[in-house]
Amino acid sequence: MTVFAFIFYLFAVTTIAGGLMTVVSRNPVHSVLWLILSFLSAAGLFVTLGAEFVAMLLIIVYVGAVAVLFLFVVMMLDVDFAELKAEMARYMPLALLIGVVILMQLALALGVWGFSDGVEGRVAAPQGDLENTAALGLLIYDKYFLLFQLAGLILLVAMIGAIVLTLRHRVDIKRQNVLAQMYRDPAKAMELRDVKPGQGL
Amino acid sequence: MIGADIQILMPEVVLAIYAMGALMAAVYTTKDGMAPLLTWATSGLFVLLAVWIGINGQGTNVAFGGMFVDDAFARFAKITILLSAAAVLLMSEAYMQRRGLLRFEYPLLVALAVVGMMVMVSAGDLMALYMGLELQSLSLYVVAALRRDSVKSTEAGLKYFVLGALSSGLLLYGASLTYGFAGTTLFSGIIAATADGASLGLLFGLVFLLAGFAFKVSAAPFHMWTPDVYEGSPTPVTAFFATAPKVAAMGLFARVVHDAFGGIVGDWQQIVAFLSVVSMFLGAIAAIGQTDIKRLMAYSSIAHMGFALMGLAAGTAFGVQAMLIYMAIYVTMNVGTFAFILGMERDGRPVTNIESLRMYSKRQPLRALAMLVLLFSLAGVPPMVGFFGKFYVLRAAYEGGLAWLAVAGVIASVIGAFYYLRIVYYMYFGEEGEALDGKMNPVLWTFLMASALIMVVGVVNLFGIEPMAAAAAATLVQ
Repeated sequence: MTVFAFIFYLFAVTTIAGGLMTVVSRNPVHSVLWLILSFLSAAGLFVTLGAEFVAMLLIIVYVGAVAVLFLFVVMMLDVDFAELKAEMARYMPLALLIGVVILMQLALALGVWGFSDGVEGRVAAPQGDLENTAALGLLIYDKYFLLFQLAGLILLVAMIGAIVLTLRHRVDIKRQNVLAQMYRDPAKAMELRDVKPGQGL
Repeated sequence: MIGADIQILMPEVVLAIYAMGALMAAVYTTKDGMAPLLTWATSGLFVLLAVWIGINGQGTNVAFGGMFVDDAFARFAKITILLSAAAVLLMSEAYMQRRGLLRFEYPLLVALAVVGMMVMVSAGDLMALYMGLELQSLSLYVVAALRRDSVKSTEAGLKYFVLGALSSGLLLYGASLTYGFAGTTLFSGIIAATADGASLGLLFGLVFLLAGFAFKVSAAPFHMWTPDVYEGSPTPVTAFFATAPKVAAMGLFARVVHDAFGGIVGDWQQIVAFLSVVSMFLGAIAAIGQTDIKRLMAYSSIAHMGFALMGLAAGTAFGVQAMLIYMAIYVTMNVGTFAFILGMERDGRPVTNIESLRMYSKRQPLRALAMLVLLFSLAGVPPMVGFFGKFYVLRAAYEGGLAWLAVAGVIASVIGAFYYLRIVYYMYFGEEGEALDGKMNPVLWTFLMASALIMVVGVVNLFGIEPMAAAAAATLVQ
C-alpha cells in the first residue's frame, strides 16, 4: 500500500465513521463535533484529489461557520432530542430496510460502473498549469457567468426570506440615536442654579 | 461574448433587475406602503415580458455555450408562466391587503421565483437547471410561510422546505451520477453519450433525477407535501403554487427527458407512465374524502399532473404538444377556480369548507354558473375546454402505444368527476346552509367570469394555441 492510498483510506474511514457517529450520538453537541470531524476528513480527501481550494472552502465555510452555528443552535434552542429520537425509533426498522435496499442497488450500479464511449472528448480539459484558485476564477467569471449570477440571486432570495419571516418592527423599544447623542449640547441639557441656603427651588 | 449571450436572456435580466431595483425603492421609501403599487407593477411587467417574448422570439438561440436555450418550447412555457403569475398577483392584491399580508417583498419574491422558472424551462445544462429550480423553490418556501403568525402557514413553509431540500438532494445525486457517466452536464453532451444505450449507473441517475422532478410537479408517490402546503399557505399563494410553478416544473421535466435523454425514450417512458397512473388514481380517490376546498384542489392538481405526465409518457412530439395544451388549459381553469375560492367569505373572513357552498346558486346564480362551468371543465366533461385537454393527452398516449395508460386515464377521470360534481351538487341541490358574503372583489369576479367564458368559447379553436404548442413541441423533440 502506497502512502497515498494509506492517506486516502484514513480520511475515507474517518469521514464515514464521523458521519455515523453524528447520527447515533446521544448528545447533540457531540453530534455536531463528529460532524466537524467528518467535514475535516472530507477536506483531507479533497486535498488528496488536488483540489486544495475546495478543501479550504470546506474548512472555512462548513467548519468555521456552519458547524459552529449548528453548535450554537443546538446549545441555545430547547429541543427535546430524546423525544425526537423516540419518534425516530418507531420508524427505524422501515428506514433501515429502505436504506439497505438502496445501498444494495447502488452497489449493483456502481459495481458495474462504466463511462460512456468518447467520454474523454466531453470532459472539460485541464486548465494547463494554473493553480485551483486561478482556474476557478477563470471559469466562474467567464464560462459559468450565468450560474454565478443565478447563485447570487438565490442568496438574495435567502436574505429577503430571512428578513420577511423573522424581522419584526417593534415600536415599544428604545433605540440608540447616535446623532441625537452627538448633538447634545451641555449648555441646553444642563442648567446651573444657585440654590440659596434655606430656600428651595 | 457575454454581451451577445445576455441579449438572448434579456427578459430574465430585465425581470431580475426590476426585482432588485423595486426592492431597493421600497426599502428606502414607505416599505409596505409601496406593496399595492409593486404588485400591480410586477404583474404589468409580467404581461409586458410575455408580449415581448411572444413577438420578439425567433428560432432557436443558444447562450453561454449551450447552458441556456431559447426556443419555441421555452417561449411557450414562459408566456404561460408569466401570464398566469400576472393573473394570480392581480387576484391576490385585495385579499392580502385586507388581511395585512401584503408585504412589499411578496410581489418581488414572486418575480424572482418567475426568473427561476424562466431559467428552468430554458435550461440546457444540469447546473443551470438546478440553479433555476433552487431560485424558484427558495422563493416559494418563503411565500408559503408568509402568514408567519399562523401555525399552519409556518408549518406549510417548513414542511415544503424540508421535503423540497430532500428532493433537491435526490435530484443532485441523480445529476452527479449522470455527469459521472456522460462526463458533461450539458444536455447536448448527455444525449451524445447515450447514443448507444444507457449503462445501469446512468439509469440510476435518471431515476433519481425523475424522482426530484416528480416531487416538484407533485406527482404521486412524491405528492405528500401538496395537501398540507396548499391548505396552510395563504390562499393567493396556493393559487400561485397551483399554476406557474407546475408549468415550469412540467416544462423542465419535458426538456430533460427529451433534450438530454431523448435517445433512451424506452428507459424513462415506463417511469413516467408509472408516475402518471399513480398520480391520476391517487388524486381522484384521495380527493373524495376532503371537506376543505384547498385540500381538494391539491388532490385535483395531483390528478391533473398525472394527466399531463401521460402526454409526456407517450415520448413523441405529439405527446409534448398535448402536455403543453393540457398545462395551458389547466392553468386557465385553476386561475378561475381560485378566483372563486378567494371570493368565498363569511363576515369578511375566508371560508374554505365545501359545505359552506350549500345552495350557493340561489343567492349568486351567475357566480355559481361560472363555477359550474369550471368544475365541469376540471372534471373533463365534454363540451368544456377541459375535455379537449384530456382528449389530447389520451390520444397521445394511445398513439404512443400506451393504450393501457389511456384506459386507466379514462377510468381515473370518471372517478375524479365524482368530487367535482359533489361541489356542483352542494351549490345546486343541497340543503340551505349559512350564507356566504354576497359581494366579490371586481378583479376576482372578472377573472372568474373570463376563465369560465374561455372554457366555453375556447371549444371553437382553443384560441389557436394548438399550432403554437405543435411548433413548440417540434423544436423539443427531433
